[in-house]
Amino acid sequence: MSEHRLPLRLPGPLHDLFRPPATPGVLGVFAHLDATVDAIKRLQAGTYQGLTVYSPVPRHELEDVLAQPVSPVRMWTLIGGIAGCAFGAWLTLYMSYDWPIVVGGKPIGSIPPYVVIMFEMTVLFGALSTIIGILFNAAHAARRLGTIAWDPRFTNDKFGVFVPCGADKAGAVEKLLLGAGAEEVRRA
Amino acid sequence: MAQPSGRVTYDFVTRTIARTLGNPGKGYFLLLGAAVTLLAIGIICLLYLLRYGLGLAGYSHPVYWAVFITCFVFWVGIAHSGTLISAILFLFRSGWRKKLYQLTALGWRGTNEEWRHFTRGYLYLAALATPLVLSVHSVVSWDFAMAIVPGWHATIFAPYFVAGAIYSGCAMVISLLVPIRKLFHLEELITAHHFENLAKLCLLTGSIVGYAYLCEYFVAWFGGNAHERAAFWYRAFGPFWWATWTMIICNAFLPQLLWFKKIRTNITGLFVISIFVNVGMWFERFVIIVVSLAGEPFERWSNATYNPTWADWGIMAGSFGWFFMWFLLFVKNFPAVSITEVKEVLPPPTKGRPAEAHAR
Repeated sequence: MSEHRLPLRLPGPLHDLFRPPATPGVLGVFAHLDATVDAIKRLQAGTYQGLTVYSPVPRHELEDVLAQPVSPVRMWTLIGGIAGCAFGAWLTLYMSYDWPIVVGGKPIGSIPPYVVIMFEMTVLFGALSTIIGILFNAAHAARRLGTIAWDPRFTNDKFGVFVPCGADKAGAVEKLLLGAGAEEVRRA
Repeated sequence: MAQPSGRVTYDFVTRTIARTLGNPGKGYFLLLGAAVTLLAIGIICLLYLLRYGLGLAGYSHPVYWAVFITCFVFWVGIAHSGTLISAILFLFRSGWRKKLYQLTALGWRGTNEEWRHFTRGYLYLAALATPLVLSVHSVVSWDFAMAIVPGWHATIFAPYFVAGAIYSGCAMVISLLVPIRKLFHLEELITAHHFENLAKLCLLTGSIVGYAYLCEYFVAWFGGNAHERAAFWYRAFGPFWWATWTMIICNAFLPQLLWFKKIRTNITGLFVISIFVNVGMWFERFVIIVVSLAGEPFERWSNATYNPTWADWGIMAGSFGWFFMWFLLFVKNFPAVSITEVKEVLPPPTKGRPAEAHAR
């Protein structure tokens, strides 16, 4: 984790902001998906909150057991798309009326050809705001990430569960994770 | 979906794809050298054109849209459906050029929160990109169809160009994947099954394109418009008959071989067919653009035989060099096959079916 950090020594308040102290808890490393799901179920039964689950691929099994709400990225897409469509309409109509080219009896702002521009702008703005939405939401969720335990194997072939908890409960959590089939557990 | 052998585990996928970033060997540099040479030829021709003017190209009245526009439409067609193998989503730290990858990975850790936003966003990007392919090629086709030139002025143009774009993109993907798979030893990840699916898509879109050809000729004859008839007669039996028949044979007849599973799963056979389709699709644009203009029946006095010069061919060579150079640099420097997406179609490691420890 340390290689991601700046080598600079930051002054007091900035140091607290950018290098918050590590979150205490237990990290379990799993080789198997079903064992990970099992561990999450047992943790939920034991009312442990704020789990972070690491996975090399998105899996429906994990989504289902975590029962997460639908990502707010869809709102970014929707709002970006509507804004793009409106921008496309404004662009074409404003430009037509700003410098009217009057051709006998025809409307200055004729909607049908402008639909193409409105559609293209919908796609452009919608796509860009979706990407920004993914980045923003992932970064927002990652506020804590610098402070919780992680293992590079989670981007290769291992699954992981991080359980934030105090030192008093760490022993019980370790036992629970190992019981569900964790390959190794680590205290942070 | 791929039928993975037991060897293909998550770890195997990561290592195999990360290996494409290592030393690719002589064949790669030979291809890269060829691409850069073509690009150099194109740049030299471009400089000549800038210095001495467009007269160096073989334009003659009324053929003012020629090889340059042909290449433009050809590459726009490739661009939109050729993205199949360029999905670069997140980068695994491979140790090599680590700083760049760390930077581009943006601190990705694979948490449930990150995947939640990523998968949702991915869905919507796909939903936005799919109609975009339809709209872009419809609009490109209307660039032609809005003109009154016989051979351009047809209502079938939008679906005709959309099918043509997917068709040529698919053929180009096959032409690119076959050597890349060999050069970078991706045989276990890009299987005959994937090629068969590409071949099926080629067969479908190729048949739609073939139908569009038939339709154009039928309407030209059945519509009874003398100019339209003359234009299509000129196309098939005029001085450019060779371009027209190259297009029809390569695009409409040859891909009918893909009805046979034996050919669909024969990588070499597919490669050869895909090259012919690429040639055929280039000629399709040439026929539509150049031959329609040259055969304009309202300007008989213009006597338009268009002979492309070295400047036309040089710019075309340059466009191919430009494309292949960036493609080759990309596959060497970034994981061109999405690591996550390959892992997604694999069965996940479970207690009953553990990930095999493979020797490497």
